[in-house]
Amino acid sequence: MMDIFSLSAVDILNWSVHIGLTHFLLLAALLFSIGLYGLLTRRGIIPTLMCVELMLNAANINLVAFNHYRPVTDFSGQLMAVFSIAVAASEVAIGIALAFRIYRERGSVNIDELNHMKG
Amino acid sequence: MMNFWAVSTEILILALMVAALAMDLILPKEGTRRGIAYVVISGLLATLVYTFGLYHTGPSMTFFGGLFIADNYALFFKQLFIVGMLFSVLFSMDYVEKYIESPGEFYTILMSALLGMCVMASANDLLTLFIGLELMTISFYVLVGQRMDDKDSGEASVKYLIVGAGSTAVMLYGISLVYGASGSLDFVVICRSLQMFFSIGLAGVVLVMIGFFFKLSVIPFHMWAPDVYQGAPTPITALLAMGSKAAGIAVFMRVLYTAFPLLGAYWLPVLAVFAAICMVGGNIMAIRQTDVKRMLAYSSIAQAGYMMCGIVSADIAGMKAVMFYAMLYVFANVGAFAVLTCVETMRGGTTHRHMTGLAQSAPILAAVMTISLLSMAGIPPTAGFSGKIYIFTAAVERGYLWLAFVGFVMSMISVYYYLLVAKAMYRDLTPEEEAENTAVKIPFAVRATVLLSVIATIGTGIYPELLASLTNLASQTFMR
Repeated sequence: MMDIFSLSAVDILNWSVHIGLTHFLLLAALLFSIGLYGLLTRRGIIPTLMCVELMLNAANINLVAFNHYRPVTDFSGQLMAVFSIAVAASEVAIGIALAFRIYRERGSVNIDELNHMKG
Repeated sequence: MMNFWAVSTEILILALMVAALAMDLILPKEGTRRGIAYVVISGLLATLVYTFGLYHTGPSMTFFGGLFIADNYALFFKQLFIVGMLFSVLFSMDYVEKYIESPGEFYTILMSALLGMCVMASANDLLTLFIGLELMTISFYVLVGQRMDDKDSGEASVKYLIVGAGSTAVMLYGISLVYGASGSLDFVVICRSLQMFFSIGLAGVVLVMIGFFFKLSVIPFHMWAPDVYQGAPTPITALLAMGSKAAGIAVFMRVLYTAFPLLGAYWLPVLAVFAAICMVGGNIMAIRQTDVKRMLAYSSIAQAGYMMCGIVSADIAGMKAVMFYAMLYVFANVGAFAVLTCVETMRGGTTHRHMTGLAQSAPILAAVMTISLLSMAGIPPTAGFSGKIYIFTAAVERGYLWLAFVGFVMSMISVYYYLLVAKAMYRDLTPEEEAENTAVKIPFAVRATVLLSVIATIGTGIYPELLASLTNLASQTFMR
């Protein structure tokens, strides 16, 4: 087995694959899928919010990667990512506040128990 | 040089929002918060009058390098939001005093929701669209959960937040793919980009449309709507049904017509099918509802279907029909929800049981409710009839005869469940019910609201030219 700590920076550069747009897109798609899966399967409010965060951040990775690799003259993609981070933060703030309220009212934050209204 | 006149409407609304917040801090803690409502109402009225002066025939003003456009189309929708908000604040003053814990914050957040809607209507870039959409929806998450005494309100808020945040994420992912394909967020540049025809661009368009379908509660993305509409405070349900939906329609139409028009061959048939599903599903599921708020939620799904029929036409006539319909839907909703709010304040609920005997205890409210519901069903001489004629003729002219046929049949079916409410209000009472049938005290503001809404509904139905000429101007300058 090779001791990776004894390698020089040049060695790592020679061995590493070239990272391109495709890798970022794959990473984002993977994150998005994990988030979507979690959103559909998890039952607590907090994990659900975390899954939404994953999905939003997948979109952010996409935006920034496209902005870097595509022949775009401005920083519109990065700008959009900054805005979406702010929006996601406010969304989570409200989500946590609601989770507190639900917990005070019902003693649990399980989504399955939110079934008073039906029809 | 920035042209601040383009955002003058938004600046006025922002000023109102700040004024509401400041008044809440200045007024004595235990005192009433009615003063804020009066300030908000008069401010909105002034803004509404002011916006009439912004209609133009020349080129439209833009702001921030074209991110934001103040054309006639956006103006029309802004007026629609302001009218809806104005009446909602007017008829809900007593409700707010009784049920809402902190009315000052309530009015402030209402104004921020209105600001979000106005920004959406003016969006000319995916970034502005996203900001406006989120400003509106996040405000609504808070507003839906405003009734601290009601567990349903909190439950509705959580459901709305989770579905809303998930759909935002889907839409943002779609936006990122569209950006990747076209290299820009500007609608005009996206339209010119041929790379949108690659699979990555098409996937982006699909995800953006799914995001919109969630926001417009199009079946099968509608699961959240009935619960949220039922649990939300009644004035907020009214705003969700008219304001939030109209804002979604406004920006959806702009995106489809200015950013993705070349892909029309792909999205037109899809949209037609979803419109049909909406009309059929919404109307059928509304039949078995006994809570009027929940019934109106399903009915609003069906109304979104009718409006999508107009979008499918994709020409001046269709666009005009959608705008006309959205406006008269506001009139009908204001009437219906003003009555519901009044009934809930007096009797504590909005089911058919609570509506029973309204014809004896408050004949005006019963009459207004019936007229508003008939307008939603499209019975002449109400405005709903002319609206549906415009929509279905536009659809037939573009070859969607089957869609118009589905819409026509489903409108007939919708009369049934609308009249169930009328039956509950007008039927003869048993002696026990007679004894329970307490008189409903109608506040002056509610009386004014319902009368104005009925005048608007019937007036537009008999003489639609006034509103039609406004929508004509807006749609013709848009399509130019």
